Amino acid sequence: MTEMSSKLILITPEILLFIGAVVVAVLGLSSHRRVRHAVPWTTVGFLVAAIVATNVVYDGSEAVTQADLLFPNLGLYLKVMVGVIAIGLVLLGIGMVDRRYEEAVRDGRTGFDPLRVVRGEYHAFLLLSIAGTMLIANANDLIWLFLAIELSSLPTYVMVALGRGTRRNKEAAIKYFFLGAMSSATFLYGFALLYGASGTLSLTGMQEVFATQAAGDGIPLFGLIGMVLAFVGLCFKITAVPMHFYAPDVYQGAPTPVTGFISFMPKVAGFTAIIMLCAALGWSGHHIIDNAGVKVPTEGLPRPVHATLWVIAVLTMILGNIGALLQTSIKRLLAYSSISHSGYMLVGVIAGTAEGIDAVFFYLVTYGVATVAVFGVLCGLQRHGREVETLDDLSGLWKRHPGMAFVLALSAFSMLGLPPLLGFWGKLDLVIAGISAGETPLVVIMMAASAVSSYYYLHLAGLPVIRKPDARTEGIEVGPSRWPRVAGIVFGIGILIVPFGARELMEKAEASTKNSWLDPAETAMEIDKVRPEDPTPEAPRA
Amino acid sequence: MQLWILLLIPLVTCIGVGFGGERNARAIALGGSLVTLAWAAVLAMQFPHWQAEQWAYWPAPEDNAFPVLPGLGIALELGVDSVSLLLVLLNVILMPCCVLGSWVAIKERRREFYIWLLVLSTCVMGVFVARDVISFYTFFEASLVPGFFMLAIYGGPDRREASFKFFIYTFVGSLFMLLGLAYVAWQHAQQTGDWSFAISDLTAFAPTLSAGEQGWILLALMAGLAVKVPLFPLHTWLPLAHNQAPTAGSVNFAAVILKLGLYGLYVFILPMVPEAVVTWAPTIAVLAVIGIVYAALICWVQTDVKKLIAYSSVSHMGFAVLGLIALNPLGLQGSVFYMLSHGFATGGLFLCIGMMYERYHTKDLREVGGLAFKMPVWSFFFIVLVFASVGLPGLNGFVSEFLCLIGTFTAVPDAKTGYPGVLGPWFAAIAATGMILGAMYLLYMTGKLCFGPLREPADHHESEELPKDLSLREIAALAPIALICLIFGVMPWPILHAVEPVAEEVLKPYPALVESHFEQMDATAKVSLLSDTTLEGSR
Repeated sequence: MTEMSSKLILITPEILLFIGAVVVAVLGLSSHRRVRHAVPWTTVGFLVAAIVATNVVYDGSEAVTQADLLFPNLGLYLKVMVGVIAIGLVLLGIGMVDRRYEEAVRDGRTGFDPLRVVRGEYHAFLLLSIAGTMLIANANDLIWLFLAIELSSLPTYVMVALGRGTRRNKEAAIKYFFLGAMSSATFLYGFALLYGASGTLSLTGMQEVFATQAAGDGIPLFGLIGMVLAFVGLCFKITAVPMHFYAPDVYQGAPTPVTGFISFMPKVAGFTAIIMLCAALGWSGHHIIDNAGVKVPTEGLPRPVHATLWVIAVLTMILGNIGALLQTSIKRLLAYSSISHSGYMLVGVIAGTAEGIDAVFFYLVTYGVATVAVFGVLCGLQRHGREVETLDDLSGLWKRHPGMAFVLALSAFSMLGLPPLLGFWGKLDLVIAGISAGETPLVVIMMAASAVSSYYYLHLAGLPVIRKPDARTEGIEVGPSRWPRVAGIVFGIGILIVPFGARELMEKAEASTKNSWLDPAETAMEIDKVRPEDPTPEAPRA
Repeated sequence: MQLWILLLIPLVTCIGVGFGGERNARAIALGGSLVTLAWAAVLAMQFPHWQAEQWAYWPAPEDNAFPVLPGLGIALELGVDSVSLLLVLLNVILMPCCVLGSWVAIKERRREFYIWLLVLSTCVMGVFVARDVISFYTFFEASLVPGFFMLAIYGGPDRREASFKFFIYTFVGSLFMLLGLAYVAWQHAQQTGDWSFAISDLTAFAPTLSAGEQGWILLALMAGLAVKVPLFPLHTWLPLAHNQAPTAGSVNFAAVILKLGLYGLYVFILPMVPEAVVTWAPTIAVLAVIGIVYAALICWVQTDVKKLIAYSSVSHMGFAVLGLIALNPLGLQGSVFYMLSHGFATGGLFLCIGMMYERYHTKDLREVGGLAFKMPVWSFFFIVLVFASVGLPGLNGFVSEFLCLIGTFTAVPDAKTGYPGVLGPWFAAIAATGMILGAMYLLYMTGKLCFGPLREPADHHESEELPKDLSLREIAALAPIALICLIFGVMPWPILHAVEPVAEEVLKPYPALVESHFEQMDATAKVSLLSDTTLEGSR
């Protein structure tokens, strides 16, 4: 099999999604209402096809073993996870996108004008962004990595702008786009420095070069600077300090289904990219040179990178949680909470090795499920025909919509990490990984930060249940479509049920990062032997 | 399997309550709690280790483990020893009483109330039967949610503040407890190569850690458990929560939830970190003694009856902590006995107060009193339970308080028994003043409430729903509790005997510790200590 064809086989799911993007873009322009209504379901259909294709591709295909990837099996886990959660995210948008215009057309107040509908575009961009995120899993060099990250984020800029109209929305769209562009420039510059330091674009090649350099005099300083710049740029994607400022405004200004989308998808992209770059550096075998000029081996990532990530993680956890304490708007609150979740996941990245990154990939699932559930509630309800805004709007929700109040409480408690809900297992995994890597102070800070978060999650979970409904809440009614609520309930039940399958899920996460060089037994200090000449990873699991 | 069923019965009842309609909720809940009680009684009869010489838990772990994350050694494992079974019995006996006690008090959102009540008791029983750290922690934390909602929906005027304080206090503390336990598990994995979260594995392993590490672990665990106990500076959530909660909530909080903290101390801290415990026992004991005296003094000036009893819990739990930290079998037996007797006595008192409140809508000592003639049956139960709480000989409080104090008093280094007592007579003496203060404020309250001229609130009018004195339903709720107080007081031996092997097992690492300390002492000190003890022995 040629290299080209093996690569093409590997990205079959993404190709399917591209085709899907074109199809739904065209379908969305149809003058038949039925066809337009079929757009979200076509999108879901293509996502299912991509999930199936992923399973077929990774089921013992040679393409996987031939591609020169850092994490050969990561694609299976990541693409399936992204696909499943994306189905939920598509459901959130049903009935929300183009709502007013469709109503006007239905009532005959206006004729149908293909230029004024955005349904097709919305779903096409959504599919493109998902395809970009999936492509990151297959990145084997920096160019691919950069293009995939851009493909995953460019469509989201448009999606944020689709809620045209309000001033807040315009502000969000502009902020998101310009800051996003700046962050891309930052990490692209970092990539350039990395190329300069290693002389290669290939990630596996880079890993070898860096391992050799680390065993020798150490990685050159501008290589480390490149890495730090790349991380800082990627912090935008994962809403980590110092690139988190946009999050509250953008989350609040974007249409609610889009908020749900951008609080999950760019995070997956960002964390996958960060983990790949960290893997290229390697979590072991580094040293510092002390004052006497003696090499002192250090644990984990190279010291400067480690320190940068450490500071970023701590600030992200603290600022995210403290910021959330002050919010009354639910979407702003969720923005800050998503910032703090990134901080927790960075603990896993810093801890590194197999345990740490498994924990991150597992946590992404727990976070994604809770996100879809909570946004399912927000998209499924409306107040006098508008979006639900503040916590007070929801007080007394139990009376009229007990199911929604229940799902909201479940997802808030899951994000808080209350056992036995899904979020707890994710957090537990991170804690264990952190302690195992000797990062106890970081884990203590993480615990303190989660402790702070109990305050606002408790409000989110509690107020809808404990308060009596008042005049303000009387206006709460169900949204135009039942599907966002269905998504909320299904993923809410997932929060309860998935822990029973946590074992399988965790095993899949472990299998996804399994490869020859990250086996703890081999990583010790023998850098040269860490990466055999011809890596033959284990056959992927079905 | 038997224990899983025990946990499932209340949960299944919840479904029944949910679908059974608003009117039938309480009846279904009562039925469910009686079935749970019956099943627990069956388990208690099957339990083979009541008279064992050696500590053992039942059923054998391999029958009950449910692997969750085998890679990390996380498996849900259930089992009971005599202490946890006794605490489960405490919970299931109080459950129907709670339902009966809220029969007419809860008027709105009934279904939810009974669901929260049943979930709460499931979680509490889960803590007692858990044999691995993760299920312990899961149930420990999960119990916050029903507690929070019960308090926040059905509580008094300050319910919002009380419920948030209750949740956040405990949640914050227990995060650090999880951290401490995860650290022990990691060290265990480092040194044995296997991940395990089973309590038995960790308690066997943890004492081998260095003294410094043990100190940190003790601190982390105490952060979670001291809040629940509650120990002196961390007790502030308790009076608020107990005072604001609905009757059934107060009963549950006082009788069972407080025991979770003490149970955690006894399950984790004593066996896991013996060196640190010996070092820090005096500090903890000082906090306990401060709590005893300080809370007792506060009780003295309370005019709100419910608040008075809430503070008395703080004072009483101090005795239980002292007995636990005395580090000898006598004190430990006393402490376990205290958990049971405090559960019944204080739980019963809260029920009584609830019944009075339903009739007079006030808990203020200045507004209501002299009820002995108007409500003789109520006064009878109230006085019995107060005496049980005070520690009148012949009732359960006496046995437990006496054992705890004796344990503290004799907690001096003793080469003969091998237990490293670090407290001694002074602690016992100061704590004993708490006993006297306890008698004073409780009897003062009883005097005001039951005797003297009848005082009723100005706007009081007889309720149509409730008779003047207790109804049969209310008597049915209080009678078993009063009876148990009496039985425990007259015949404590079966329970003390059942607890004895457990106490010895928990204190197993301590004699070895004393020996190693003993070896480090210089010769003269050793000789003087030895001669002292032999002299005492010969006397």
